[in-house]
Amino acid sequence: MQALGIDVLFKGTNMERIIEGLWVSVRISLIAVVISIVLGLAVGALMTRENIVIKAVTRAYLEVVRFMPQMVLLFIVFFGSTRVFGWNIEAEIASIIVFSFWGTAEMADLVRGALISIPKHQYESAEALGMSDAQTYFYIIIPQAVRRLIPLSINLITRMIKTTSLVMMIGVVEVLKVGQQIIEANRKSSPNAAFGIYAVVFLMYFVACWPISMFSKYLERKWN
Amino acid sequence: MKKNIFRTIGTLGLTAVTALGLLSGCGSKSADTASAKAADTKDGSADAVYRTLDEIKESGTINIGVFSDKSPFGYVDENGEYQGYDVYFANKIGEDLGVDINYVSTEAASRIEYLQTGKVDIILANFTVTPERAEEVDFALPYMNVALGVVSHDDKVIKDLSEIGADEQVIVISGTTAETYLTKNYPDIKLQKFDTYAAAKSAFENGTGVAWANDNTEVIAFAAENEGYTVGIDSLGSADTIAPAVSKGNETLLKWINDEIVTIGKDNFFHKDYEETLVDTYGTEFEETLVVESGEVK
Repeated sequence: MQALGIDVLFKGTNMERIIEGLWVSVRISLIAVVISIVLGLAVGALMTRENIVIKAVTRAYLEVVRFMPQMVLLFIVFFGSTRVFGWNIEAEIASIIVFSFWGTAEMADLVRGALISIPKHQYESAEALGMSDAQTYFYIIIPQAVRRLIPLSINLITRMIKTTSLVMMIGVVEVLKVGQQIIEANRKSSPNAAFGIYAVVFLMYFVACWPISMFSKYLERKWN
Repeated sequence: MKKNIFRTIGTLGLTAVTALGLLSGCGSKSADTASAKAADTKDGSADAVYRTLDEIKESGTINIGVFSDKSPFGYVDENGEYQGYDVYFANKIGEDLGVDINYVSTEAASRIEYLQTGKVDIILANFTVTPERAEEVDFALPYMNVALGVVSHDDKVIKDLSEIGADEQVIVISGTTAETYLTKNYPDIKLQKFDTYAAAKSAFENGTGVAWANDNTEVIAFAAENEGYTVGIDSLGSADTIAPAVSKGNETLLKWINDEIVTIGKDNFFHKDYEETLVDTYGTEFEETLVVESGEVK
């Protein structure tokens, strides 16, 4: 333990701080995930429409999110909004906005993929039974699409949790930043702390992502 | 066919959006500079991004951007308190202004952005003064020196670069000021280049080069932490300084900081700062090399 430098975690309030940092990461990503799922379902359904304007707009949105690094988005929302509009968005809110913007686009694309993978005869049978468009989606299509969505969206959600490490660039002190602070503050007294602390940070990300992974397994098993 | 049409439309739409984005980006940028110029001429217009000295005092809190993981200049101790050479000075500023301090954890890459958007009032994050940066922000008087340093093995201390033989090598890290400076001014010295600090360190410890050139704060810390090495040259090349920075045009705050640096310099404040925060890393012998008192660079 001494050699790995894990002991520095028990100095002062270090343990408390790193857990608080984890909570910041989890809080940002979970709020963004909930927003992304809700909006992603709606935007994804829109994407399957044949309307040219809707297609062009959603396609452009998806491409912007794809080629724009999340870091650039963070700088645009946090600093750019102040420069151009004079808004003063709090760093954590800016992070949630960026992560929701990103998550919604990717989620929507997953939803679109899941929706178009539902065979055409499901739609036609529903229509034959006299169901309206809304009823078809609500009772027939969405329940089937959601099952196909689960494994894909878990990948997205865990990726969002891990990417929260970028928010340190706009001054949000999250778990990785606290880890780096602890390593640097103890550079002289325990030069090997980097290994131990990064191992602990890894474990914390694992603890944050593992239940989500388990939950998806549970859902898949339940629905099969 | 249908799919192809959509793809074309999608691509077109995307191109249009990108073009719009670029155009508006350029447009807003020129508008920015225009308004900045207008602010300059008007001198302290109402819609400036920064807060004046009076506004800061009135609000009762000052926002100061510091490093949170660059020991011993700006870091967070085990109780979650900001500490270090920069922070020691920041605390003094808060005390003498009579306001609370809100520390903002900044990264090297975002320091200028923070000032240009007024999200912090002062940057005290070991900010080296350069002409390029001085166009973007306003620097106050300096409070620390940085230069290059050369560390060598105890049994063959190099006190001058002319002592390096024709077939001997000096270690540098690629992309550092040390590399640029030696390549330009001493083209005859053979350089052994490494990409990372760790690689350069182990190569030097294994006797690859006769000396290692880097920022003087880095080599001094290395010699202090490792047995058997001496810093033969502690100040080499163009001496740069480290200074507080405020948003461009924030004259009231800039003037207050400058006055403060001169005033507290009379009590040798930065020497005390050095003795409190840096002496563990650098030892007392480099105090005069590193500290700038009252903004007077010797």
